[in-house]
Amino acid sequence: MPDADEGALGTITRVSGPLVEIEGLRGPALSDLVEVGPLRIPCEITADRGGLVTAQVYEYTGGLAPGMAVRSTRRPFSAALGPWLLGGIFDGLLRPLTGGADLLRPGDSAIGPPRGGSWRFVPHATEGDAVGPGSLLGAVPAEGGVEHRVLVPPAVRGRVTWIAGEGERTLGDPVARVGSTPVTLEEWWPIRTPRPVRERLPGDAPLVTGQRVVDLLYPVTRGSTAAVPGGFGTGKTMILQQIAKWCDADVIVYVGCGERGNEMAEVLDEMPSLEDPRTGRSLMARTVIIANTSNMPVMARESSIYTGITVAEYCRDMGYDVVVIADSTSRWAQALREFASRTGEPPSEEGYPARLASALAAFYERAGRVRTLGDTEASVTVIGAVSPPGGDKTEPVTSHTTRFVRCLWSLDADLAAARHYPAVSWRESFSRDADAIAAWHVERGDLRWAGDRTRAMSILSEADRLEAVAQLVGVQALPDRERVILLIARLLREGVLQQNALNPNDAFSSPAKQAALVEMVLAIHERCTALIEGGVPATLIEELDYADVLRAREHTPPDASDGIGGIRDEMLHRLEGLR
Amino acid sequence: MIERAPVEYSDVRSVDGPLLVVSGVSGVGWDEEVEVRLAAGEVRHGVVLDADRDLAVVQVFEGTRGLGRTGTRAVFSGSPQRVPVGEGWLGRVCNGRGDPIDGGPPVFGTELREIAGSPISPASRIPPSDPIVTGVSAVDCLATLVRGQKLPVLSVGGLPHLDLAIQIAAQARAGDERFVVVFAAMGITHADASAVQDGLEERAAAGELILLINTAADPIVERIMTPRVALTVAEDLAFDRGYHVLVVLVDMTNYCEAVREVASARGDVPTRRGYPGYLYSDLASLYERCGRIRGREGSLTQVPVLTMPAGDITHPVPDVTGYITEGQIVLSQDLHAKGIAPPFDTLASLSRLMRRGIGEGRTRADHPEVAAQVHASLAQSRSVRELSELLGEDALSGTDRLYLRFADVFERGFLAQRSDRARALEDTLDRAWRALSVLPRRELTMTSPATLDARYVEPDPPPGDPAAAATEAG
Repeated sequence: MPDADEGALGTITRVSGPLVEIEGLRGPALSDLVEVGPLRIPCEITADRGGLVTAQVYEYTGGLAPGMAVRSTRRPFSAALGPWLLGGIFDGLLRPLTGGADLLRPGDSAIGPPRGGSWRFVPHATEGDAVGPGSLLGAVPAEGGVEHRVLVPPAVRGRVTWIAGEGERTLGDPVARVGSTPVTLEEWWPIRTPRPVRERLPGDAPLVTGQRVVDLLYPVTRGSTAAVPGGFGTGKTMILQQIAKWCDADVIVYVGCGERGNEMAEVLDEMPSLEDPRTGRSLMARTVIIANTSNMPVMARESSIYTGITVAEYCRDMGYDVVVIADSTSRWAQALREFASRTGEPPSEEGYPARLASALAAFYERAGRVRTLGDTEASVTVIGAVSPPGGDKTEPVTSHTTRFVRCLWSLDADLAAARHYPAVSWRESFSRDADAIAAWHVERGDLRWAGDRTRAMSILSEADRLEAVAQLVGVQALPDRERVILLIARLLREGVLQQNALNPNDAFSSPAKQAALVEMVLAIHERCTALIEGGVPATLIEELDYADVLRAREHTPPDASDGIGGIRDEMLHRLEGLR
Repeated sequence: MIERAPVEYSDVRSVDGPLLVVSGVSGVGWDEEVEVRLAAGEVRHGVVLDADRDLAVVQVFEGTRGLGRTGTRAVFSGSPQRVPVGEGWLGRVCNGRGDPIDGGPPVFGTELREIAGSPISPASRIPPSDPIVTGVSAVDCLATLVRGQKLPVLSVGGLPHLDLAIQIAAQARAGDERFVVVFAAMGITHADASAVQDGLEERAAAGELILLINTAADPIVERIMTPRVALTVAEDLAFDRGYHVLVVLVDMTNYCEAVREVASARGDVPTRRGYPGYLYSDLASLYERCGRIRGREGSLTQVPVLTMPAGDITHPVPDVTGYITEGQIVLSQDLHAKGIAPPFDTLASLSRLMRRGIGEGRTRADHPEVAAQVHASLAQSRSVRELSELLGEDALSGTDRLYLRFADVFERGFLAQRSDRARALEDTLDRAWRALSVLPRRELTMTSPATLDARYVEPDPPPGDPAAAATEAG
């Protein structure tokens, strides 16, 4: 970022927590980055009322006083993007945290890339090539990681007049010149502006998360949006971490927005040692972590989801399928509320400013499957956690989010209390992508997927109804056919939907294994129904030992389905023996 | 940090609730420490909440009673609030601001540190993975406290949460390593304050205790400072001097009420139950001050205690706390009514970091399994109890009845414990096995056959009155 413009000096007139008011700035524009006080603390302009400028401050403001100097950069608040991002950990302003101080103090680090270091550049374009925004100039190869592609920046067009040969380049070195514009490995982008694309495409292929309840019941397409609301202790962070580790995206951007420091430490501790089951690479190599924990500056928490999605769009433009995980969007909304309260913005629901809904909608709208400027298909999928106060899902953040997302994986406190994890409720969750994914499966010759999903969901919902009845009249009073439904629903819940994140066989499931597990339970259902019709009493069926069926998920490898067929046949055989 | 020489102003524009507005100031910074000198010579303390041109809004910790617009002078210190840090704190008893009330000299330290603290970089943290043994069976076995964790006790007025907090503070150990307890009491009664001092006498005598007491009679706004002073002193001992420090904060509900009172005086927009929207960030700025730092010896662990108004866990104070902390110890009114102390609610309690802190080499190899098994079996015995209440005991099978007996033996032989007696971890785990062994082996499905072979206690024929096996609450 260029140095602050010394001509644009202003003065602080008020300081209240993360809010400063400034006067005397020449030509301030909304979202401009300004620096306040002797430590040149970064802040962003949020309002200009007749020359009295309001800004949100991205550091602790203790000691800042009216009368102190303000410098404006006269540029929108931007993030530095480049090949150092993958595998790294950053704060909400995208300042590198690795190798920094143990304690974060204002004024200690500047917005921008890490200092020093060099990257091996391999040219792909040649001099004389006509290039436009998004054209591939070269790449920074990554051994066992995700290749970083160097593209022509969005506003640049012309002929390649010079391109560097293969070799080590530092961040300041140009690697190519398009017309007279030098292109370096570093690019700045204003975080609140979506990066441009050629066109938006409808969702088609599923994002395989490896989590059965999601992939089987509430699937999400690449480029779609999902929200995960859940009260504390319902396992929000656990399911998000599982998706971050095992989903089949190329790049993961994990935004720890106002959450726990120890949790981030755990992710950082585990990720480097985990291997991507599909590529054999370290999972950390495809991951960017943005950690603005709950005690880090509040307004940097507000910006963190925008820096996160900007990084995701940047990687998308290289042609990758990217997943952004924001844990938790409620903390972002609270930062918005804290600041609105300081500026005296009129509160609407529960003290949140009226713009909460439109800001949420705009954030989720940055997701999508697109054709990039460089003419490749790529996507950004957004998955946001929501933390409803008191578990109350009618509160503003949850209720607005529910309107804007395509998938809702609602976590249920009762399921969590019963240690049913992931505690995704089959009563409150939904997927508006299910039809598109059903069509995608049919196109690939899988005619069963949609039917199995419908059958499984109807068994679960009928079992819920029957359980309510059974509590009143006792299970014995139910007809045999309905008792079988209760049994099958238990097999579905415990043998298919529950997933043990700590068991290497069970932590994630390939689509083949998922399909085989459901198919096994549905086959058992068919056989049981036939037995009942043949006069076998339900009690006999209930007394059989289903342990092998329930443990199949833990006893068969994550990517294979063959072992499950044997377990199914053995169970069907034992059922047949009841005749 | 930005610093400046102290300046004094005497033009008081208004006095309202805990707030004092001083006008005509220049160069006064936000969050700056203030000494308010009354005409009569009394000195009070405050902090700048808002610096607006030549006005400074000051929050006065001791309250504004007796404070007039004329004759009052405000000395702005030129820096945020700071306290001395160092080993000089060990063994001292102070008020909620850190001034001694034990008759000793002021606490001197090697340096002054801002009580607001600085966030630990997430990249410098290492995940907590070693246990603190509290000597309380329920906690050690089922919701193990891990060094660097924050694990609150959620309770209800009338339950013995203070006894449990004192017991944990008195008995906790981190192996043979240097261990210190910082006990910060906010808004507690004089009787409770004496109970704390009595209960922690030995720890104090050993120089392993720092006690900060803000009683219910002390200035309410001072409570906002108390946990920050405690944590600042604790961070120095943990991260600069290599101690394992346990900070106990009692009662965080009183603290939050003080925050709400100040917010209301300032005219902040109220959200749930009148608490300000920044309650989450405010509590996080306390609770997140714990953990371990790569390359440094010590650890900082927190046990905040809070009483849920009307027992409502969705009330903002327990709710926001639960979202930040790593698990919870919940106390049960039902168990208390049955005379079980501590009334630890097994099914509602949870330590999220426990998995990393227990097992072979940390506690005992069978610990993860026995904890999971107790949980599962207790859940089963609860549904059996519900069944028997609906349909009568006659409807129960033989196994069902064993579950009821298990719950009984578990409560009286394992949970119940004298508040002045520490149990060794071995004893705690063995007691859990004795309770589980009331059940037939085949029911213990969460444990491996090898563990069962080693730990299952075969019944002495015939099992008599369950109470006989369970009377040894010691």
